[in-house]
Amino acid sequence: MNRGRFLFPKWSNHAATVVALLVLGGGTSAGAALSYYGTQKHLEVGYQPTQPVDYSHKLHAGELGMDCRYCHSTVERSAFAAVPPTQTCMNCHARVKTDSVKLLPVRESWANDTPIKWVRVHNLPDYVYFDHSAHLAAGVGCSTCHGRVDQMPKVTQTQPLTMGWCLECHRDPGPNLRKPDEITKMDWVASTEQAANHEGKAANGRKVAPPTHCSGCHR
Amino acid sequence: MSAAPVPVTSDVDDPSIRAPLVLGRQNFATVSDSVSTIVERKAPKTWFLLLGLALSILAILGGSLVDLVWKGVGRWGNNHPVGWAWDITGFVFWIGIGHAGTLISAILFLFRQKWRTSINRAAEAMTIFAVMAAGIYPAFHVGRVWLLYWVFPFPNQMSVWPNFKSPLLWDVFAVSTYATVSILFWFVGLVPDLATLRDRATTRTRQIVFGIFALGWRGSHRHWLNYERAYMILAGLSTPLVLSVHTIVSFDFAVSVMPGWHTTIFPPYFVAGAVFSGFAMVLTLMIIVRKAFGLEHLLTKRHLENMCKIILATGSMVGYAYAMEFFIAWYSGNDYERYAFVNRAFGPYKWAYWTMVSCNVICPQLFWFKKIRTSIPAIFVISIFVNIGMWFERFVIIVTSLHRDFIPSSWGYFRPTLIDISTFFGTFGLFLTMFLLFLKFLPSIAISEVKGVMPAADPHHHDDRHEAHEGLTGGTGNEDHHESDPEAVHA
Repeated sequence: MNRGRFLFPKWSNHAATVVALLVLGGGTSAGAALSYYGTQKHLEVGYQPTQPVDYSHKLHAGELGMDCRYCHSTVERSAFAAVPPTQTCMNCHARVKTDSVKLLPVRESWANDTPIKWVRVHNLPDYVYFDHSAHLAAGVGCSTCHGRVDQMPKVTQTQPLTMGWCLECHRDPGPNLRKPDEITKMDWVASTEQAANHEGKAANGRKVAPPTHCSGCHR
Repeated sequence: MSAAPVPVTSDVDDPSIRAPLVLGRQNFATVSDSVSTIVERKAPKTWFLLLGLALSILAILGGSLVDLVWKGVGRWGNNHPVGWAWDITGFVFWIGIGHAGTLISAILFLFRQKWRTSINRAAEAMTIFAVMAAGIYPAFHVGRVWLLYWVFPFPNQMSVWPNFKSPLLWDVFAVSTYATVSILFWFVGLVPDLATLRDRATTRTRQIVFGIFALGWRGSHRHWLNYERAYMILAGLSTPLVLSVHTIVSFDFAVSVMPGWHTTIFPPYFVAGAVFSGFAMVLTLMIIVRKAFGLEHLLTKRHLENMCKIILATGSMVGYAYAMEFFIAWYSGNDYERYAFVNRAFGPYKWAYWTMVSCNVICPQLFWFKKIRTSIPAIFVISIFVNIGMWFERFVIIVTSLHRDFIPSSWGYFRPTLIDISTFFGTFGLFLTMFLLFLKFLPSIAISEVKGVMPAADPHHHDDRHEAHEGLTGGTGNEDHHESDPEAVHA
């Protein structure tokens, strides 16, 4: 009735539905794509990178019964649990399985004096302060965070290593605290009274009070 | 009223005569014309010049923020003991400016103050742009602006949850609610005017763009009925926000235990200050706008005078609050509280304190004189002084309370860095750019509401002047409606 007044044409009655569907569909696929492609691999349970040497923890730590600390020797004293140098391998493999094909990269490393480029499995962001020795001193054992490494031919991440996951234990450490001699025990399970230990008492009776404030870990 | 002679100016001293809100031989068509042509005509050269200026200031803001994000928050001068300085001063300054818009659109609407109609649109727009400018400070003060969404409570893998005991979180909710409701209110009010622009549009693009934003408005009775209801509900929702937003902003200080901050007078004092500063900004801008776009017949001296009266009232409240703070500091018997206030007025920041007092307490008292509150140059100058004074008020509250910590070894003196200054200066660029774009592309005066306060909208046609009723049928569908159902126009 007026000079070219624009009112919504009839088809625009469906516009809202179409837009809603597009937003819902697009949003869902964008969310799915983001969570599939965008998730940090170090936050993924099941992350299992291929290592330069086909080394089996199942064989060494499980079947042969070697102690974790033989290779990761600094775990009780330092923030970082050392990744062993080729020297540690050669302690035995200078005499054992000297002609194994699987060990070829190790012998090469030894001969050329170049380190083996192990691929890191468990990795926390740089802005997180994490100290292995403090955790071990409090009575947190290897398998609590790393899983049954003694059953892994190829090491896999079994825990999410998210901040929420850390805080779960920091807020209630009791059920995860072991006696000092059980730290490396792979098949450790909390006893009934241990699982109900919500006071955070360590095995020696000392109270464990892990920080839950920001600067506890973000220093 | 019908017998009284209708004055042709707004300078009426006789209280039995109600000064008209629209001056000159106006009818509905001329009101539509004078507002719509601003949007329809090619913008004047001055507008482009001002936009260029505003954009260059906006570029300064962009540069400062890039520098801040790139190198870190340390580029701002706030550091121990003055951990909050120009950034929070700027935040409170801009949030305060916005309050006039909400007060005009919500409270004055509910109190049937018809003079609001000429200023509410621009004041609401100002509110939104001021909140945008304010938001920059807390957003960039977090340091990693891309993690700003952490301020909202949402389940996440970090088990991070905001502290509900912190007034800073209340601020997040208060300000985001305020922004949302202000935008909705503004948009709902725009719908009939957008339809007017759509109907007047000569190009297809304009018809479609305005048509989409006019939401298919045809000006039917049902439309007006729903519109009035929605507007009333939004006014009701906004009314508590006028009080709550700045109350919660004041909690940022009052809830802490700092001497100089920890006082119960803060909420009302902040709200009065916010309305005070907001009206000053409305005056500063509208004096320029009415002159530049020739809107003196719609934005009359009566409007300006009313705003001056509000500034006088809120300015006196603010002055009372300053005095009361001192009285309570003395009356409390608390040495630290007393020291904080004596130090505020006579310490190293006395220059800021007395600037604040002169601008906020002394200046607006001049509005007791009718000569001054009807003299446009005087209003303009005083409104700018009030703006300056209110910035200093926040600076004084924040910096003087912090610079003398409890331990004399941690006393300090705050000096702004270049980035502090350029960030604050730059937010004016953002504000002005948005405001200039608004002036050019949207109706800066609420056309349909102004028609509602004209004599011609009087259902009993009491007005004897025939010209008031001229041209009623010459407009668009919107205008036709006003004649048939004026009650709905301005219930």
